[in-house]
Amino acid sequence: MDILSTQLPLIWAGLIGVAVALYVILDGFDLGIGILFPFAKSDAERDRMLATIAPFWDGNETWLVLGGGGLLVAFPRAYSIIMPAFYLPIILMLLSLVFRGVTFEFRGIARRKVFWNVVFAAGSTVAALCQGLVLGGMVQGVKIQNGAFAGGPFDWLTPFGVLCGCGVVAGYALLGATWLMLKTDGELARRSAAHAKELLVAVLLFMAAVSIYTPLALPRIAHRWFTLPNLFYLAPIPVLTVLIALAQWRWIGARREAAPFLASIALFVLGYLGLVISSYPYIVPPQLTIWDAAAAPSSQLFMLTGTLLLLPIILGYTAFTYWLFHGKVAEGASYH
Amino acid sequence: MDLDPVLLARLQFAFTISFHIIFPTFTIGIAAYLATLEVLWGWTGSERYKRLAAFWTKIFAVSFGMGVVSGIVLSYQFGTNWSRFSVVAGNVVGPLIGYEVLTAFFLEASFLGILLFGGERIPRWLHVFSALAVAFGTTLSAFWILSANSWMQTPAGYTMEGGIAYPADWFAIVFNPSFPYRLAHMLNASFLTGAFVVLAVGARYLLAGRHIEEARIMLRMAVCLTAVLAPLQLLIGDQHGLNTLAHQPTKIAAMEAHWDGSKPGAFEIFAWPDEKTESNLFSISIPHASSLIITHEWNGLFPGLKDVPPQDRPPLPNVFFGFRIMLAIGLYMIAAALFGAWLLWRGKLFETRWYLQIVAQTWWVGFVAVIAGWVVSESGRQPWIVQGLLRTVDAVSPVPGASVLTTLILFVVVYLTVFSFGVYFINRLIAGGIKETALPERAPQLAPGHSISPT
Repeated sequence: MDILSTQLPLIWAGLIGVAVALYVILDGFDLGIGILFPFAKSDAERDRMLATIAPFWDGNETWLVLGGGGLLVAFPRAYSIIMPAFYLPIILMLLSLVFRGVTFEFRGIARRKVFWNVVFAAGSTVAALCQGLVLGGMVQGVKIQNGAFAGGPFDWLTPFGVLCGCGVVAGYALLGATWLMLKTDGELARRSAAHAKELLVAVLLFMAAVSIYTPLALPRIAHRWFTLPNLFYLAPIPVLTVLIALAQWRWIGARREAAPFLASIALFVLGYLGLVISSYPYIVPPQLTIWDAAAAPSSQLFMLTGTLLLLPIILGYTAFTYWLFHGKVAEGASYH
Repeated sequence: MDLDPVLLARLQFAFTISFHIIFPTFTIGIAAYLATLEVLWGWTGSERYKRLAAFWTKIFAVSFGMGVVSGIVLSYQFGTNWSRFSVVAGNVVGPLIGYEVLTAFFLEASFLGILLFGGERIPRWLHVFSALAVAFGTTLSAFWILSANSWMQTPAGYTMEGGIAYPADWFAIVFNPSFPYRLAHMLNASFLTGAFVVLAVGARYLLAGRHIEEARIMLRMAVCLTAVLAPLQLLIGDQHGLNTLAHQPTKIAAMEAHWDGSKPGAFEIFAWPDEKTESNLFSISIPHASSLIITHEWNGLFPGLKDVPPQDRPPLPNVFFGFRIMLAIGLYMIAAALFGAWLLWRGKLFETRWYLQIVAQTWWVGFVAVIAGWVVSESGRQPWIVQGLLRTVDAVSPVPGASVLTTLILFVVVYLTVFSFGVYFINRLIAGGIKETALPERAPQLAPGHSISPT
């Protein structure tokens, strides 16, 4: 194998990994707002919650398109296996995103907001749940024969998948609650802090359950983490997770503004890193590696050129939008 | 019951993409209109343009939201329903779609946020710039998507190895033979679609005696634009047809219901193309007209449907009737635009109530023409998913028919619900009228001490 066909898939796996991580963090907090919607006290409060994310949600969701599109571009064989394998949860997720996406505009025009409150909360929660189900299914592995998906339509529906689904819902809600601590003040921020504490405990329990279950059920994961010298190299990940969780607990209690949100992001990154380490070098465990699934080097190179040129620009104006709308969203603010 | 996964997958894709295309078509046209209004505002400083821009921005936002969410669905449909297509054509089509996301999707989404929520706290130039960025982004998006679609119609610049397409020449792939024609035809269709909606809203306000000043601006701008673009669309369509004849003659034969390639073609005004008898029933036709249109010669010959075996022919009613619907609307658009321009020239546009009453009702023509045109283009490519390279039946995912049917029903229910609300809310926005205040104060209010100073 020449250098292109060994290195390009690695670079692309890294890029898609970053895109998915960015998606999870960015859309995570705005889906989290939807998950927390039922716990808001009034429509005025919901207006304010929506106003904190309204300028960003479009851009945030675009990372999901890049994740899906990027997979098609760089790893068409993985794309062609993952999509049929998770057919129902993926389409359910997309439909949920349709509902919650149109809420941003519709709710503001509608005379009766109740219906759209329910739609926004349900859409956000189901989308998060489906993402967790897909994640769980991927970790457990997909049945492949002759380069195509060979399993059944409900292979993803396992206790572990449901565990991951609930974990993602709790995680996004934690991101959302700490985002509200950053972007609001007064009563809403105070209650968000209380939610954040409960959610942090829930997230840690889910992370612990996944960390205990996966090495017990899947020998390849046990082998990855609990053999020498891997154990020493990888030990910082769980250790850091515990330290950050402890710090976050105190920051939430101290009503710090940005620190709890940044800690939520750090927890997500560490959890994500753990899952990547468990699955590498497979893009579709337990058979298909990133090299098996890679597109032709020419396709990966053509796309890489544009990506390296455009990604900094995209990140630049994404950062600009966040800067432009920085600061707290005042009480009484609404999207329309 | 025996469920045919191929048919169901085709129905699902046809449904999700037809629903999606409504919104980009509209938003490409309206984004260009918004950018024009914003530039006029920036240039003249006139509040009229600002009020109009603010009004159309709200309508734009509702349809853009629906466009985004239905577009995300499509980037996954290639895999969920057409996974074999992804494997065979992914090396070539993938990067085109990837570039769309990178160059267009992010640009639109980010600057739309600024346009919608920037309000009074961003300087005027940034407002104008954001409108231009959104318009540029939507157009660029069309560029890549149409390039990918055109490659499926007229594949070029690739080699086949082991049943999989590998890119050989990216320039030839992006600028494949049918791409320039399709891009011009589609962009022009988007501008026309938007312009006919603006025309209808202007006419509606003028008839109701509301927002007279703004209504006149809308009518004047829409009439002038369509008077140029509607006739131009006929010329572009004609050139696109000649290109199709060169690369996909069977599609042309289906559009014209032309069976026998050894004789000149008649133009069928109405007919039922019958696949069993291989002839046209109930035909009302103009002899030689089809030859004249397609070959530009009275006795010109072009391939007929009988030149290919029945299994290689596209589904005739879709292509035949789709083409006629598109053509009829195109002719209506030309008539309405030119007559409107004549009225404007004579200074009678704003008083001719019967004309205003007609155009106030025909806001939908562009949408129907676009969907009809896409039915012609996509059905006309059948039985191929990539012309001459991969058949549709060989492209489908290994997913049971029951799953495809279930999700198809869900898509129909969800989309119809969302669509009904969307149309209802847009109608409410139009009925609500143009606000006298400047740009809407919809931006999230920043707490004291955090205000962003534009200077």
